[in-house]
Amino acid sequence: MSSTCSLLGCETLDNRNFSLEDYGGPTPRWCPGCGDHAILTAVQRLLATEQLKPETTVFVSGIGCSSRFPHYVETYGFHGIHGRALPLATGIKLARPELDVFVVMGDGDCCSIGAGHWVHAIRYNLNLTVMLLDNNIYGLTKKQTSPTTPQGFKSNTQPRGSYLPPINPLQTTLGITNASFVAQTADWMPSHLAATLEAAHAHQGLSFVRILQRCPVFTPDIFTEAVKNPQITDVLVHPQGIEDPTSAGIYKSQITHDPSDIHEARRLAEACDRVRVGLFFRNESFPRYEVLRTVPKRTVEEKINLLNKEFDRYAI
Amino acid sequence: MSCTPPSDSAPSTTAPTAATVHTLPEHILEILSDSGEGAQKCGQSFGAVSAKMGNGAWTVEIIPAEIQPPPRTPEGASGVRIRIGTDEVTNWGNRTKLVIAFNEQVLLSRHRVQALADDAIILIENMWETHADANIRQAWADAFAELSTANYRFIQVPMEEECLKIVDNPRRGKNMFALGLMSWIYHRDVEKVKDQIAMQFRHKPKEVYERNVRLLEAGIAWAQTHLDFRFDIPTGDVSEDLVVMNGNTALAMGAVMSGLELCSMYPITPATSVSHYLSSIFDDMGGVVHQAEDEIAAIGVAIGASYAGKVAFTVTSGPGMALKTEFIGLAVMSETPLVIVDVQRGGPSTGLPTKVEQSDLLSTLFASPGDSPKVVLAPSTIEECFHCMITARQIAETFRAVVVVLSDANLATGQQPFSRPKLQANWHALEPNLGPVKDGHQPFGWDAETGLSQRIVPGRLGGQYTATGLAHNEDSHVSYDPYNNQRTSAMRSRKLAVLQSTLEPPRVVGPESNDLLLVGWGSTRGAIEEAAEKARAEGLGVSSTHLTFLSPLQPGLKEIFSRFQHVMTVEINYSDEADDPYINEENRRRGQLSWLLRATTLVDVDCWTRVLGQPLSPGDILQVIKKKLS
Repeated sequence: MSSTCSLLGCETLDNRNFSLEDYGGPTPRWCPGCGDHAILTAVQRLLATEQLKPETTVFVSGIGCSSRFPHYVETYGFHGIHGRALPLATGIKLARPELDVFVVMGDGDCCSIGAGHWVHAIRYNLNLTVMLLDNNIYGLTKKQTSPTTPQGFKSNTQPRGSYLPPINPLQTTLGITNASFVAQTADWMPSHLAATLEAAHAHQGLSFVRILQRCPVFTPDIFTEAVKNPQITDVLVHPQGIEDPTSAGIYKSQITHDPSDIHEARRLAEACDRVRVGLFFRNESFPRYEVLRTVPKRTVEEKINLLNKEFDRYAI
Repeated sequence: MSCTPPSDSAPSTTAPTAATVHTLPEHILEILSDSGEGAQKCGQSFGAVSAKMGNGAWTVEIIPAEIQPPPRTPEGASGVRIRIGTDEVTNWGNRTKLVIAFNEQVLLSRHRVQALADDAIILIENMWETHADANIRQAWADAFAELSTANYRFIQVPMEEECLKIVDNPRRGKNMFALGLMSWIYHRDVEKVKDQIAMQFRHKPKEVYERNVRLLEAGIAWAQTHLDFRFDIPTGDVSEDLVVMNGNTALAMGAVMSGLELCSMYPITPATSVSHYLSSIFDDMGGVVHQAEDEIAAIGVAIGASYAGKVAFTVTSGPGMALKTEFIGLAVMSETPLVIVDVQRGGPSTGLPTKVEQSDLLSTLFASPGDSPKVVLAPSTIEECFHCMITARQIAETFRAVVVVLSDANLATGQQPFSRPKLQANWHALEPNLGPVKDGHQPFGWDAETGLSQRIVPGRLGGQYTATGLAHNEDSHVSYDPYNNQRTSAMRSRKLAVLQSTLEPPRVVGPESNDLLLVGWGSTRGAIEEAAEKARAEGLGVSSTHLTFLSPLQPGLKEIFSRFQHVMTVEINYSDEADDPYINEENRRRGQLSWLLRATTLVDVDCWTRVLGQPLSPGDILQVIKKKLS
């Protein structure tokens, strides 16, 4: 491949140097102050840091504010339908394991209409970088309660306040067989966000990253305390965890957590009045579906021969 | 001879002097048992052997909806009808002439739906008449009282007793004994039967094969000693290579040959066996069967794979189609090539999961939000099940379209011999183009005349774009411009007209103009053509035509219809009868194809449809023809 390529004069391709701008798409149409802007910037930085080729990188999303994401990245993309980003990404990765596939979902997408796919995608453990942009609300359809909306929060569909305690996406994910990478970060912690995305992308298997994301229009106050007061945030740290020395000075509550300890991970993920960020769990030895389902590449002639043998079994 | 108790039974232990051989052009037989007693295996083996000997054959499975329904109940009847003939057989025919029944209750189920000829010969297990359980003895007596309304000839066969001489558990052996009976009665080539058994048990220890052969031989010996009749259905010329399989196997083979390399599915009757067969061969052929977590994910994975350059397919039945409709819209909007196989069953809702119906035509055409033009085609034979997959894949790629293949439960499990396809490399998909994208090549660069465009798959340098289900322009940029939406809707629709321009008008079987034209689609072809031929033989002016393409419809229909006094569809779906209470010309809900043809041709197309959960019989269609022309 490489020799053919250099003969064709493609040699320069492999020496391309991508800047942040090379990954920039049209100006995002998100509201000013929306946490999605910071996440987009962090992702574009990751692409530039890792020098990912735009033509072999694919962003897949569902429907919702955050699902506009692929339109704003200068790579391939598939902006699908509500809740179904993961099946699309599964198909892409199964067909073309060499592509670098990112999945962007909102809390409605992942935890509500697409919850069934969430459970199974975690178990398939394809090598995908999955981001849950969780603003605790339906934004695009204008303020309806989502599965992660805090209990008592008033919305247009539950004006007397959300009836039930919210689902806990981290605990849910950590409860699924074969979950191999579970982390949490926040849009207002840029260096931690960047470090988390970097670790997630490097992980061989499905990396699930819940990103706490501010919605200045519909849930302006939900994360105010967390943003203003670093003391309520616990940062999980460990030599095998996510390294973010930059924010260590601000976020003083550091919990040493070995990310290979699933039980401790589940305990730390329990709902509490703290915000916990960092790597909860990682295990790269878990089976990956696209590896298990690797099949030999057959030429058309080989297939015809094999198929003719099958026809022999049914021959008269 | 009727019998309460069965009287022609109790065969003497001495051999009849000689069995009378009846030479016939065709015959219909059924083997019936409780579920799990192997009647289907036995019947399908008999059908395959008959085809291999050069007989025309068509098999139809009689399947209960439950895996283990209560034994000895009419609802639990499991079996196969096999119609064999000297010439090609294209449908399951009318009434059954010979039955092998493992108990009287399963026989009742077929008696009650008038599936059996009045003079049918019935070989029945005799253990129930003298069973220790008084309830069973009573049930036997009651059944024979009910059966006495027909003139069946009963022959009691001590199947259990004979099988116990060879095996401990006759539930696992009676079917081979029965196969022996059938083999002797119909002069089957015993070596071919043994080959069939060997194939069936190829993954089992040799003793299993040998035990089954002993059972087979016991059946043959019993028949030879006790029966006074045999049937000879002369075999026709086998001048070409033939294969025999069911429609779901043919679909799977067609998928492989077409170059489809991912089958993403969720289990649903009667479609699942496509994936069973495919799973057994696909890995080695470079393909993957992905069993998704649900019907929605199944199509989503297929669309994702196809977007990435590997044309994929999903296989389902009606309820699965309903769940897939939103994703179908996405494939239409993003012009992602996709093949969907819908093996139709009885509906609505869970309906009749194991039974045939043709009720998904209109929902396939019109389900999915907004205007979502798609290609729909329907194989009418097992052979077409193979070839239509190749056509479907080619159309999907050429037109960047969703192509739905409407098969049904009749084709799915029916077996029929057909010409062995001579496999050609150009039936197979080409590798996707992964070369750099030329300047100016847009992801939706619609040709203004045809609506066609060339897709770009990920990996191509300079081709980056985001596919979307939102309204978009040539660059796949989201566009809310009103004129863009009008234009792009036209582009997606135009493709169907362009495809239609490449199609031939359907062939008219029978005179080109006549009193009545029957129009069908899908698995009913054989029954319709046989009925029309019989009607013509009786001097009636009937022709028929059969549509392979339902969207776009084949060209020339209006002109063809104009040459007939009456046009009537024959379908396996529901329609109101014209003379039912409250029903009038305006509110009558019609057969689905007739609805479509009336809308597109403005011809007063009548319909005759049934939802009996079984294939149509040529005899019933013949009666309809006579009534229509009377």
